Amino acid sequence: MTYPLLDIRNLHLTMTSFDGAAHVLNGIDLTVNRGEIWGLVGESGCGKSLTGLSISRLVSTPPARYIDGEILFEGRDILSLPAKEVQSLRGKRIGMIFQDPTTNLNPSYRIGEQLVDVALAAASHDASILDCPPNASRRERRRAARRLAGDMLDRVGIPNAEARLDNYPHEFSGGMRQRVLIAMALIGRPDLLIADEPTTALDVSVQAQILKLLKGTVADHFIGVILITHNLGVVAETCSHVAVMYAGNIVESGPVAEVIERPAHPYTKALMASIPTKHSKRGSLNGLGGSVPNLISAPPGCRFAPRCSRAVEACTQTLPQPVQVGGTHHAACIRLNETEDLVDA
Amino acid sequence: MPEPILQIENVSKIYGARRTLFGRTAEVQALNNVSISVQKGESFGLVGESGSGKTTLTRSILHLETPTAGRILFEGQDLAHLSSAELRRLRARVQIVFQDPYASLNPRMSVRDIVTEPMLVHNDILNLNRGQRTDRAAELLSLVGLGPQHLSRFPHEFSGGQRQRICIARALASGPELLLLDEPTSALDVSVQAQVLNLLCDLQDRLGLTYFFISHDLAVVRYLCDRVALIYRGELVEEGETDEIFDAPKSDYAKMLIGAMPEVKVRGSAA
Repeated sequence: MTYPLLDIRNLHLTMTSFDGAAHVLNGIDLTVNRGEIWGLVGESGCGKSLTGLSISRLVSTPPARYIDGEILFEGRDILSLPAKEVQSLRGKRIGMIFQDPTTNLNPSYRIGEQLVDVALAAASHDASILDCPPNASRRERRRAARRLAGDMLDRVGIPNAEARLDNYPHEFSGGMRQRVLIAMALIGRPDLLIADEPTTALDVSVQAQILKLLKGTVADHFIGVILITHNLGVVAETCSHVAVMYAGNIVESGPVAEVIERPAHPYTKALMASIPTKHSKRGSLNGLGGSVPNLISAPPGCRFAPRCSRAVEACTQTLPQPVQVGGTHHAACIRLNETEDLVDA
Repeated sequence: MPEPILQIENVSKIYGARRTLFGRTAEVQALNNVSISVQKGESFGLVGESGSGKTTLTRSILHLETPTAGRILFEGQDLAHLSSAELRRLRARVQIVFQDPYASLNPRMSVRDIVTEPMLVHNDILNLNRGQRTDRAAELLSLVGLGPQHLSRFPHEFSGGQRQRICIARALASGPELLLLDEPTSALDVSVQAQVLNLLCDLQDRLGLTYFFISHDLAVVRYLCDRVALIYRGELVEEGETDEIFDAPKSDYAKMLIGAMPEVKVRGSAA
């Protein structure tokens, strides 16, 4: 039996605070296969970063508590693995890129040293990465790691990569630092890459390069990617699939083209209506009124109901389950069929 | 032809070489011969990537930075020739909204103090007593979609979008004609951004404000602005009507920038 690369099943996470426990992930289901780029979108505080962090088990417990669910990475539940085994996955099988490239590199070490460290650590798990004989001396292994580091920098589009290995992080621009982080995440040849807002801090032209690089990596190495972002434009151009999150739930998921062209869930529709496009007339943008619910005393039914223009009494009773809209396109709304008849505002 | 409210004429700014612990740093040419003219009542968008000189230009308009060469005229008056008292009076008419609403509100001041402070600073023009200032603050808050019940609250009690509304209310407090908007929505979620953009459109229609909108988000600029200027490495690359620039960019830089803009493709032409 072959397992999907990543299979998150009914994940529930609460965070303890002074005011009580906030139910921040409320039953997440997500399956990622190799070759897929999943966009995880939603507003701040909807749980997209926590989902990403949970996969590499970087959420500290306490204050967090997983009350239900599994995160299966090739069939093994990451949440119940011993810490040591998770350590052997992190950075090797599961790579991560974070939002801010300025704070994720150590300013007092050269770029090359930082990359070599990661390569050597990854090689302790899979020696073939370094491409040197098993009985190689430490010096040979280091030299091989450095060669690999240079290769990786070159592959992420840093000119004169070999010489750049001796530079310090401050000698790189923001976009280049983000590329270094991507190189670092890819050096251990991960099977799953989690990119948490990798381009949010960057200019659009640099963003376009980074996204292209990410797509190329998926095509070359046949890995799975979770791209966490709040920018639907980035998702539309980069991802193969998308999951829209709201207040700890995935409200809609499916292939990008379908979700973007035929959004089914009222939240997805509202989100798309609030993005200015070529055709939007001045003052005609449909913002979403209200704000994200307090997750400490979240409403029992659909968490979007208080802001939803189509909500009815039944919406506030039970949490809607995902309904198939077409193919693998699902949306969690009990009024899907009814809303089709309504004219969009 | 409406008269220009703001004229930037051949402005250059060079940050001088500095002697540091590790030797001398090189000179930086932040702005190179930039000329822009902003008409009364329009929304003018300034687009550029990081390091392009947007902030230097904004700071020069506020006269927080003195240009190395060139002039900046506000309604025909050269800023460089004003006395400090005149400059202060002028600042009542030019206000700014900053990018990060989390960093630009003093956490220890109540909303009332935040919004009335500019009135206090410019009281020689406004001539309001304490009660009138509070009334005006309440009025401004309702103008930006908040209410008088928020007057005695503190910034931490508000969401990002609400904070940006407070920043806008504060900027409007001294009765400005020109509002500099330095990436006012880039720290906000899209749904909140939509609310703030709509508010800005609405305020402009009601108060006849002139906007100088600084952003790297092309979609937002296209939505809000009548005219756009693109700035790259301190030089003005292209300037013109928004539609013209977005539909038929002339310079390679504009083409590249517009091409790199991620867009949510929506089927058909939903207006």
